[in-house]
Amino acid sequence: MISTLRSFTFSLGICHHLAVALAVLTIGAWILAPKPVQAMDIQVVKSTSGVEAWLVEERSVPLIAMRIAFDGGSAQDPDDKAGLANFLSTMLDEGAGSLDAATFQRLLEENAVKLSFSDSRDHFSVSLQTLTENRAKAIELLKLALTQPRFDADAVERMRKQLLSRLAFDAKNPNRVAGKVWAEKTFAGHPYARPSRGTPESVKSIQAADLEGYRKRVFARDTVKVAVVGDIDAATLKTLLDEVFGDLPERADLKPIPKAKLKTGLQTVIKMPVPQSVAVFGLPGIARKDKDFMAAFVLNQILGGGGFASRLMNEVREKRGLAYSVYSYLQTLDGAAILAGGVATKNERVAESLKVIRSELKRMADDGPTEKELANAKSYLTGSYALRFDTSSKIAQQLLGIQLEDLGLSYVDTRNKQIEAVTIEDIRRVAKRLLDIDALNVTVVGQPDGLPG
Amino acid sequence: MRAGLMRPTTGLLTSVWMIIMLTLAGSASAESAIKREVTEFKLDNGMHVVVVPDRRAPVVTHMVWYRVGAADEPIGVSGIAHFLEHLMFKSTENLASGEFSKIVSRLGGQDNAFTSQDATAYFQRITREHLGTVMRMEADRMVNLKLNEEDVRTERDVILEERRSRVENSPSSLLSEQMNAALYLGHPYGIPVIGWMHEMKTLSRKDALDFYKRFYAPNNAILIVAGDVSADDVRRLATETYGKIPADPAISPKRVRVKEPVSRAARRVVLRDARAGQPVFRRFYSVPSYSTAKAGDAEALDLLLKILASGTTSRLYQTLVSADKVGSSAGGYYSGSALDTGKAVFYGVPANGVTLEDFEAAFDKVIADVIKNGITQAELDRARKAYIADFVYEIDSQSTLARRYGWGLVVGHTIAEIDGWPEALKKVTVDDIKRVAASYLNINASVTGYLIPEAVPSQPQSSSAKPATRS
Repeated sequence: MISTLRSFTFSLGICHHLAVALAVLTIGAWILAPKPVQAMDIQVVKSTSGVEAWLVEERSVPLIAMRIAFDGGSAQDPDDKAGLANFLSTMLDEGAGSLDAATFQRLLEENAVKLSFSDSRDHFSVSLQTLTENRAKAIELLKLALTQPRFDADAVERMRKQLLSRLAFDAKNPNRVAGKVWAEKTFAGHPYARPSRGTPESVKSIQAADLEGYRKRVFARDTVKVAVVGDIDAATLKTLLDEVFGDLPERADLKPIPKAKLKTGLQTVIKMPVPQSVAVFGLPGIARKDKDFMAAFVLNQILGGGGFASRLMNEVREKRGLAYSVYSYLQTLDGAAILAGGVATKNERVAESLKVIRSELKRMADDGPTEKELANAKSYLTGSYALRFDTSSKIAQQLLGIQLEDLGLSYVDTRNKQIEAVTIEDIRRVAKRLLDIDALNVTVVGQPDGLPG
Repeated sequence: MRAGLMRPTTGLLTSVWMIIMLTLAGSASAESAIKREVTEFKLDNGMHVVVVPDRRAPVVTHMVWYRVGAADEPIGVSGIAHFLEHLMFKSTENLASGEFSKIVSRLGGQDNAFTSQDATAYFQRITREHLGTVMRMEADRMVNLKLNEEDVRTERDVILEERRSRVENSPSSLLSEQMNAALYLGHPYGIPVIGWMHEMKTLSRKDALDFYKRFYAPNNAILIVAGDVSADDVRRLATETYGKIPADPAISPKRVRVKEPVSRAARRVVLRDARAGQPVFRRFYSVPSYSTAKAGDAEALDLLLKILASGTTSRLYQTLVSADKVGSSAGGYYSGSALDTGKAVFYGVPANGVTLEDFEAAFDKVIADVIKNGITQAELDRARKAYIADFVYEIDSQSTLARRYGWGLVVGHTIAEIDGWPEALKKVTVDDIKRVAASYLNINASVTGYLIPEAVPSQPQSSSAKPATRS
């Protein structure tokens, strides 16, 4: 139904850096009492074949949301077959078992089963949603897709055509080019440097045997993580887990991914005839298991992760009108961690945007945040955690993420306490450690004035 | 939104929201019953209120929808509806510039807004105990907006960058913009929501405030609250906040727009741009919307577009991409939720070595076949089941439900019509689909667009000039 939103112009709201709030508006009769965020009972369901799933039962809607991830992702692509995992993600619903592509997809539609596949750097993921009453069919199709995909020549060539067409669009899209070149430069020599969608040459070279080879190596019981939310009980889920995953190999055959040594201090300009330059910037980040990770998480919120309230938004957009969007984020991969961000500004002023961003990074490294900024960031991060759990699909995504990061069952309960425990000293320390502007890698795509590179 | 024709009723009513007797394939005639009480009432000042319960998580979605969009703009100030939407996050009589979003953020909430041709909406997602605060703040900026010249100037640069990001940097967006301008002969839907660059550069504080004073008032707004809250609590909070604002009698409940003349000639738009990655084919037909269609026709069009163009099971994909291999992609959708006329949108990318002309000829054959021979009962059943299942899936998200009701009401439908969509779909027959295909896929009410990836030597420079300042 929300297809209507395609016609909308979305726009972010605005902030200006005036820290005056009128108390009269924020004080009122709070007739709605706060309720605890976490009334969620996570069950761990272990199948006979050794597959474990986290389950939250939610019987009030007749739906089941399932999220699955295997270790692997595009990092497992062979060197000369970049884009293999991505290619595979388009092929698993293109025919399996005795069903050809058209029949398989017609069955998905007739049974209202939503099944999709995706690849990231380190994982190959599956999303399944079904109405309770079509559960059996949904599970049957899921199992077929994972265990008996056909890779019919006709379907492989059709997908190849689509992937090549998308690469042709990507090559002219400044946002895609900026992200791709930034990764190539930053991770040079490491599997993460390869474009996850491949190159025209690599995509042309991928054959059915490559797809099947990847599937056999990566889809296995020892690395699979599963999260399920909805109208299903533990006993039923246990049986389903064996049904879907029981035939997969016990162990994945993954090649080890080395820790990346990030290149730093690079500036790259890619010329493209567009009126607005797109810039991507980034630095080495921080591992998820680092004791200062939570401090870095709060730091990023203050710097550029917090939308309207962040420093970059204030300085670049609100004070100077230099961009519609400016942001930063932390990303942790198995073999690397980054703190990255982006901005888009007309060619004449993009150098100014980057100068402002550099000076904000430096100011944060030198002085850290204010106590007030820290308090505001904490109250946002802790207060908004509940918003990540208001649909079955979102809960399943959260539970899968917690498993992938190996944070443990109790994370949902302890996460806000970990944020509360971050002190201003922690943030200052981690800001000094991370925000080294000499290390910044910047990639700009466009016709930027006054930027060598 | 997909619903019928009548105007909203006034006064208090409670509708029971039911989806029953879903006959979904696979299992034999499965039955699922979900009841949800949606409460609807009006404040004394005319503000329409809808409460959608979802008690699973302690959070609420709070939205205010104004019955005004880009298509209501005066001539020459295109983009002012959207610009005002941005400026609504600046200062009010009671709140310093930018504080709105910062307060929401401090309370652990998220806020945003959007503008379309027919509506402007503001929303927050937040834990339930802060609902009263965001209602108070939203009511405040409904009437107390205060703008200074500097904020307006800076924010104008922001929307110009937004236009560069969305449109100027993207040949595909430029093609759609040019096609819309060609599709509508007189109706403002031909003007982009974000505005034309040259007019955006002249938008002033006065333009924004004039628009604000003319259209923002409780009797021109719809409040939707979805989530962990009772109707009684919302009523009390709404009365204390929005209820204190007097109605603006100058605003008529009837929205008057220019009527399109009869369209008598097929239009073609060709955009040559070296920045395009691939040739692109597009076709827009002007067709009735849920608001303007005769009873049942919009539902039939919706299902027709699903069967013809949605996803890999569709006629277009199966014929052009899978069987004939003339395209690497093909699809489309019905844009039927407008206040005025709707649109059928088709698109495709020719396969390597296939010309746009040959792709178009193959596309036209699929359209001609549906017009001549219609569709099968099996196709209709499958499309209908998929739509009804989507409707059920939406129950999982309070934000989606809030948008469903907000969008439906803002273009004039009733709660009963919105809830009755699955039932309305069930009335559509294969003959209806054939009939609407023949009536509305009319080439003389269409625009065909080509995007050709090649350089044009004398392309005018469009966007690098400095913004012109008034004042």
